[in-house]
Amino acid sequence: MSRSAAMIIMGVFTLYFLIPIFWLLVSSTKTLDNFNSSFSLWFTATSLQDGIANVGRLFTYNDGIFPRWMLNSIVYATVAGGLGTILSAMCGYALAKYRFWGREALFNIFLGGVLVPATALALPLFLIFSKVQLTDSFWAVFLPSIVSPFGVYLSRIYAASSVPDEIIEAARIDGSGEVRTFFTVAIRLMSPALVTVFLFQFVAIWNNFFLPLVMLRTQTLFPVTLGLYTWNSNVSQYPELRTLVLVGAFVSIIPLLVAFLSLQRFWRSGLGAGGLK
Amino acid sequence: MTVTTARRRGTREAAAPKPKGGFRYRKAIAIFIVPFGVLFAAFYLAPILYAVFQSLLKIQRVGTFGAPTQVFGGLSQYALVFQDTEFWSSILRVLLFGIVQVPVMLALALLFALLLDSPLLRGKRFFRLAFFAPYAVPGVIAAIMWGYLYSPSLSPFKFVTSNINLLGGGTVLWAIANVVTWVYVGYNMLIIYSSLLAIPTEIYEAARLDGASQWRIAVSIKIPLVVPAIILTAVFSVIGTLQLLTEPLVFRQFTSTISSTFTPNMLVYSTSSVPNFNLAAAFSVVLAVATFILSIGFLRLTQRKADQ
Repeated sequence: MSRSAAMIIMGVFTLYFLIPIFWLLVSSTKTLDNFNSSFSLWFTATSLQDGIANVGRLFTYNDGIFPRWMLNSIVYATVAGGLGTILSAMCGYALAKYRFWGREALFNIFLGGVLVPATALALPLFLIFSKVQLTDSFWAVFLPSIVSPFGVYLSRIYAASSVPDEIIEAARIDGSGEVRTFFTVAIRLMSPALVTVFLFQFVAIWNNFFLPLVMLRTQTLFPVTLGLYTWNSNVSQYPELRTLVLVGAFVSIIPLLVAFLSLQRFWRSGLGAGGLK
Repeated sequence: MTVTTARRRGTREAAAPKPKGGFRYRKAIAIFIVPFGVLFAAFYLAPILYAVFQSLLKIQRVGTFGAPTQVFGGLSQYALVFQDTEFWSSILRVLLFGIVQVPVMLALALLFALLLDSPLLRGKRFFRLAFFAPYAVPGVIAAIMWGYLYSPSLSPFKFVTSNINLLGGGTVLWAIANVVTWVYVGYNMLIIYSSLLAIPTEIYEAARLDGASQWRIAVSIKIPLVVPAIILTAVFSVIGTLQLLTEPLVFRQFTSTISSTFTPNMLVYSTSSVPNFNLAAAFSVVLAVATFILSIGFLRLTQRKADQ
């Protein structure tokens, strides 16, 4: 294949991947009238002030429900993702570095969790949570998000390859307890890998839609995905919501795009380990 | 030197007597594993067991207007599942979807990964970012976006949407396939690309000395070496296909051609909101088992590697 053929293929697909996002950016700078009438892949003369006005309305509409949704998503994804990463790291480390009865069985059970569809869990979880009256609460979405079997799987691989047994033994000789060794020595050696585990979990929680859909009724608890879905379902009754859906969609993908751009080297190394060298 | 080695070896043997090394550190092991284990039991095992339990019950009414009570129903819900024509048509629909969408997506991902790994491209960093960017868009947002792009009156691509109704009964499945492909191609590309990067470059030297072309190197050396990565992406894609829910659910806001039982998961969701939790649980269990069986190949491949 020639150089130019390769560049043409990649160029065409760059358009395929980026035009929809560009369209979303352009659309979020338009009034409802302009959205329906102007050329949809370019800005209008009044785009700058219309865009600012749209963002202003987005953040104030319905007593600022949108920033609330963004905040919810951020809390669900960072706090539950962070906690989940630490728990996964501890568990994966133990599975990699200690031999004990039932180790493989335990690992297989956790690994099986990777294959269970999240959607198959959401409904029975709803029934269990309703028995203890926790549905429609922050905890109903937060607690299940902490568990990441995939994180344990990755942590085990990373711990096996990046924490040498000799270092653990050296720490033992120095009189360090097992738990202290983990938190002071092992976790540092694993930290580049743990960023990847965190990123995977962050994205999974940020994108999770079905669990909140099943669990939540109170709008102020919604993550941003569920919030925008609800707005979009009301567009036919309240046409002004269309502008808010589009601006909201664009604003909501900015944090993830930024995270991806700044942390991409972690992504690549992590995907490499997940891809089984 | 000899002394220290001997002492270290001695310590190691004392520290990790092989068969019951865990016994000595059982407190530490418990501290490491119990927190995750408890949450896993609560939010993975318990719901699965609860779903199995629910699926074995049925609602019984005393007379026509009597109060409903749950009684043991054996496998009666499962009999209903397998007789349900909507269930089978939803299964066939996602199978058709998967048979077309997964190979197309993975072939594209492999092509892009090989091009990124070849000396043919300039601006690799840019392409990598541009192709991966859609993965930052959550399924709900991607579906809303493409829903507008497909809508005949609002689309920037009116020359397409005025000729083909992309949200029509025959085409909407493929419109969804495009959304899924758009989001995940870059992600799969990166998985394959990073396993290409892990191949030691000396392997190529010999081939190049023998006069092998880039094309030949790609087909005879690179592709065979990234087969494990391709299998991994394939298994995740198959799981994703069987779970298909968000995109069609959002597309229901744009078109009436998607029924509430369009995919197996939508069927489960709509059955539970009737509500008939026992039947919904049986659907869930059947689906989870099917997913599990399809993923066993993945388990076999990965278990060996996890220990290394």
